[in-house]
Amino acid sequence: MSAFATQFLKQARVMAADLRHRRIIRSALGNYEIARDKGNASFQDWQGARQLAAQTKWEAINHLDKYLEQFVAKIEARGTKVHWASTGDRAREIILQIVRDKKAHSIIKSKAMTAEEIHLNDTLEEAGLTVVENDLGEFIVQLRHEAPYHIVFPSMHLTRGEISRLFESELGSAPTNDPEELTMIARRVLREKYLTADIGITGANFAIAETGMVSITENEGNARLTAALPKTMITLMGIEKVLPRLDDLALFLPMLATMGTGQQLTCYNTLYGGPRQPGESDGPEEWHIVLLDNHRTELLADAEQRDALHCIRCGACLNVCPIFRNVGGHTYGTTYSGPIGSVITPHLRGLLDWKHLSNASSLCGACTETCPVKIDLHHHLLQNRRNAAKLKPSFFERLAYKMFGFIVNRPALWIIAKKFGRWGQPLQNLVKGSALDPAKAWTQTRDLPKLAQESFKDWWRNRK
Amino acid sequence: MTITLFIPCFVDALFPHAGISMVEILERLGHTVVCPEEIVCCGQPPFNSGYWDEARPVAAKVLEQLKDAEIVVIGSGSCGAMVKRFYPELFANTPQAETAKKIAARTWEFSDFLVTKLGVTDLGAWFPHKVTFHDGCHGLRELGIKKSPRTLLGHVQGLQLIEMSEAETCCGFGGTFAAKFPMISTAMGDVKCASAAETGAEYVVSNDSSCLMHLQGLLSRQGKPMKTIHLAEVLNHK
Repeated sequence: MSAFATQFLKQARVMAADLRHRRIIRSALGNYEIARDKGNASFQDWQGARQLAAQTKWEAINHLDKYLEQFVAKIEARGTKVHWASTGDRAREIILQIVRDKKAHSIIKSKAMTAEEIHLNDTLEEAGLTVVENDLGEFIVQLRHEAPYHIVFPSMHLTRGEISRLFESELGSAPTNDPEELTMIARRVLREKYLTADIGITGANFAIAETGMVSITENEGNARLTAALPKTMITLMGIEKVLPRLDDLALFLPMLATMGTGQQLTCYNTLYGGPRQPGESDGPEEWHIVLLDNHRTELLADAEQRDALHCIRCGACLNVCPIFRNVGGHTYGTTYSGPIGSVITPHLRGLLDWKHLSNASSLCGACTETCPVKIDLHHHLLQNRRNAAKLKPSFFERLAYKMFGFIVNRPALWIIAKKFGRWGQPLQNLVKGSALDPAKAWTQTRDLPKLAQESFKDWWRNRK
Repeated sequence: MTITLFIPCFVDALFPHAGISMVEILERLGHTVVCPEEIVCCGQPPFNSGYWDEARPVAAKVLEQLKDAEIVVIGSGSCGAMVKRFYPELFANTPQAETAKKIAARTWEFSDFLVTKLGVTDLGAWFPHKVTFHDGCHGLRELGIKKSPRTLLGHVQGLQLIEMSEAETCCGFGGTFAAKFPMISTAMGDVKCASAAETGAEYVVSNDSSCLMHLQGLLSRQGKPMKTIHLAEVLNHK
């Protein structure tokens, strides 16, 4: 078992029994579900919209080479510098080089999961820079020196009281239970940072090939300020973010809003086409886009699971996932948690180290059912299990299944197995749930049903 | 017609009454039921764990036994999904690919068979209790079965069906998942049981005995009065 798997099991054991955590997450997601359902209903044909979105993404991903080049040619024509980063290391080097060239000291950063993926903040801080996250949720988890709990709601695991106490100790503010006041405290701190930052770093939600534009969706206006105030802007984005046409946003913007937060449309949806052009009054003087591969092309080469690159990072699959809801985002130990994280992390970071996430699923399929771009999520979990068993089978598990197959394929042995079970069950009952119980994984929390004295097959034979 | 009834291994060993009820119902409707001795398991445990090479011989045995069957009815949404949805995948690019597809197309989950294939909705059952229905994930999402069991329950005399808010939420069983990640599985089951209890129902009904085994295991251990029962047993109750 990998160290990551051991850590997951340990953390899952704690979190699954944490009723307070369960209550907080269920309450937050209960509100989300009501809003999301209203949002879905405002689409004339939600299933049709999903189909169209899946087809559009399929087209983009299956012609990624063409659309990426088109995007880059268009956006470079307006003076943006595009960098291709095949790995996380390379992306960090590129960004560090820009930062050094600009002799920057302080960086303001709006939300970017790709930056979490390559641990960009750590690199920048190690190089002596100050990095401040300006999405409210990210700001909060940064103050706690924590990774985001959820890809859309980074601090959903915290209550207002906890945030107030955090602000009190870290920022010296007065205690309050008022969400608006808490926001104002963060805003006062952040406004200062925008004005003094040398560089702004953003992520991207979509890249439009047709027009060479980056689309950023947000609710707080923080990404707009990140793009507008510092002289240099850096956008870090995965190569899978590309959409063929500007018109596609007419579907994807409301879809992302509805599935992400339950809004009809997110408050700010901004298209960036280049750095400040002659005659314009705002915007960065220089704009760098770093296109991140980091194993995405390997996923692209996997015909079976390629559709995982359709993901628009709305977080909807996390929200409906009973595993996520019971163990929480941090337990995964990954940048991308929930079903999509369990599917792609083995591709991004190695199957043998991360296969446990694909096993930690009842394969219920709620994720696949909700995914707006129709990624076949839970079947990919099954494929990851198959691939892992092929790559490095567990000796005991394989032996157990071989024996199981040997017995169930021989009805006479199956009859004997049931007889043994009937004799053995009273003995097992004596040690039920203890370390001696061979079924303790089950019986520690659950009763086992009694083996029937007359099985169905016995009954069938007897009546004939 | 002649119906080949596939009784899953755990129904055979643990919940024979669900299987017996299916036989009695189908026979009462005038059909001939056959139940091949040779079929024990659909092969789902090794398949879901990723051990497809170990699952294939088990599934191949089922294919062999069912190859001449006109209609196959399975008393579990989960095993039904295995045969209908996953056999064609398991046998893709093998000599049995065609057989797998053919059998998948002839296979029905029990409740869906009654309502969709036979057009039977009222079995003359009487079950004077408040119940809530649990949608097993495989039946619901792999096979798209949502209405059929409810239609059948709607015609049971004396029965009051109260939907729980988490009807479509997984019960946490998930096969070997329940043993590999017992803490998560138990938490999921607790959420499900709490939602079922909110309805005030006396029984949780489902078309999947495996989910019910999980829920009953939790309810019994926690000393809760709510009981679980397979849909077929409710429909066979007079």
